[in-house]
Amino acid sequence: AAMELPPSHYPAARAAALATSYLCYRRGGPGRGLALRDVRRARRQDIDGVGHKYHLELVLEDVLDKDSTVNCTAEVLYHLGNKHIAPDVQFTIEGELKNTNEADNIFYNRIKSLEKELVAENIPDSHGNVSPELEPIHLLAWVASGYVIWQNSTENTKFQLAHVKHVKQVKRSDEYLEFDYTILLHEMVSQEIIPWQMTVLWHPRHGVRVTQASRQPKH
Amino acid sequence: DQVLHIVPETFQQVQHLQHLCSTLLLDLWKPLLPEDIWAGEDLHIRVPAPLVQEIKDSLDQHMISYKVLIPDLQELVDQSMPRESSHRQVPEGYVYTQYHPMEEIYQWMTEIQKSNSELVTQHYLGKTVENRTMYYLKISQPSDKNKKIIWMDCGIHAREWISPAFCQWFVKEILQNYKSDPKISRFLQNLDLYVLPVLNIDGYIYSWEKDRLWRKNRSPHMNGTCYGTDLNRNFNSSWGSIGVSYNCSSEIFCGSGPESEPETRAVAQYIERKKSDILCYLTIHSYGQYILTPYGSTTKPPSNSEELMHVAEKAAAALMGKYGTTYKVGSTSLILYSNSGSSRDWAHTIGIPFSYTFELRDKGTHGFVLPPDQIQPTCEETM
Repeated sequence: AAMELPPSHYPAARAAALATSYLCYRRGGPGRGLALRDVRRARRQDIDGVGHKYHLELVLEDVLDKDSTVNCTAEVLYHLGNKHIAPDVQFTIEGELKNTNEADNIFYNRIKSLEKELVAENIPDSHGNVSPELEPIHLLAWVASGYVIWQNSTENTKFQLAHVKHVKQVKRSDEYLEFDYTILLHEMVSQEIIPWQMTVLWHPRHGVRVTQASRQPKH
Repeated sequence: DQVLHIVPETFQQVQHLQHLCSTLLLDLWKPLLPEDIWAGEDLHIRVPAPLVQEIKDSLDQHMISYKVLIPDLQELVDQSMPRESSHRQVPEGYVYTQYHPMEEIYQWMTEIQKSNSELVTQHYLGKTVENRTMYYLKISQPSDKNKKIIWMDCGIHAREWISPAFCQWFVKEILQNYKSDPKISRFLQNLDLYVLPVLNIDGYIYSWEKDRLWRKNRSPHMNGTCYGTDLNRNFNSSWGSIGVSYNCSSEIFCGSGPESEPETRAVAQYIERKKSDILCYLTIHSYGQYILTPYGSTTKPPSNSEELMHVAEKAAAALMGKYGTTYKVGSTSLILYSNSGSSRDWAHTIGIPFSYTFELRDKGTHGFVLPPDQIQPTCEETM
């Protein structure tokens, strides 16, 4: 039996944030990021011996084009137990997401043709500015952080990417682009800023993949 | 001062007028010199205010008729000067759509008071851990009414830069528009505004110089191996009970005791003193886009919950009317998380009826590091 939850209260909000992060990881790229616009409806189901399952109806917006929104439904299952297992997330997006092939190919070719590996830090700067050439790098971090967020979320956490401390491109012989990121995640409940290292692979046709991620000690 | 228009009719009148002008050293506007006064010709003289009656009596005595050309010279002078220009009232050249370091904010406060001294006074509130002075601005229209107070503080958390930016914007808006905007002028007829632009000064400076994402103040603990108390967990409202850490290394460390921090004490002592006159307590944070009501430490609603929510909902609707930005309304314990020792909860428990936390833009895409091009729309909609 599923209990109706107030969409603006934190249990629904946290599950929705997690679902959005996961969804963004699966569907995003340097040319497309998705953020949560609104929680339309939320229900919770307590499954004995398994965990808590949230049924969500969400509205997402395109980070690069705030007027472009899309509806989606998602299910988030937080597992019971002491050993932390990443929650199960399933989603369905209504309609089509904007095609980013052109922008993706431009970015891909630009990086592939760099003589020296790309290195950057402090994105955005203290005032919130991101230079245009680094926008795709920033967005890629946003999308990839969805993986880290998904893997580490519980009903008592709400993560957001706060900052990209450092990024270094790693040249590969195959067709993928590889970046080594150090990011800072903001966790809302504890208010902590947590550094994380992640290795991110991307290809215009294959999407984003995080191959390695490890939490770093707070300086 | 008045300016009189006289047309002397006889030679005796001319002589008398010449006599008046030279002995009293009156300011002749037309003609320039007493010897050029002629019967049948226009005469304009400026008479200083204290002499007006005496001159008029003298003219009457000598049957010299006159007309008052300018009844109040000062008024005319005032009207013709560009005093209403907004440049005169706010520091020229201060860019409200950029983030400013603390040095500039201190200067701004001094300037604001200087160029708006009829309305604004700067007051000492207390000192920070690192011995910096905390000032608040009082915006008050002189009147014999005893007015209620609206208190607003910004920057209790160092990394939330949009918050002090909003306080500065708010002050500028009020001062630029109080004469022309009927809503604001009516507001100021009945209420005084007290604005603390940066509460956590040490933390704010630290976020500029060392760590952009610093949150707490800079009080040293454990022999200087760990720094900072979360000022918004340090107030005396169910202090230390929930949603806090007793460990200095945590971002929500509540301090060694309620009001252990000088910044907390400075604010609390002052508000306690004035509490019977304070109608509304506002504390500005980011991010999240929320208008939060008491309490954080319990889900039990406050006594005036309905009214609190009603006002907050109207505020959120008005806010959305500007740019479509949605703000969620509700108590912290339901919307966000449990916490104790918050300034907003404390203000309500000591009897201030309307107590709100504003969490400004955005919803997490930029989070604490909101780009400066969002300062204006954020501030405009929040106004």
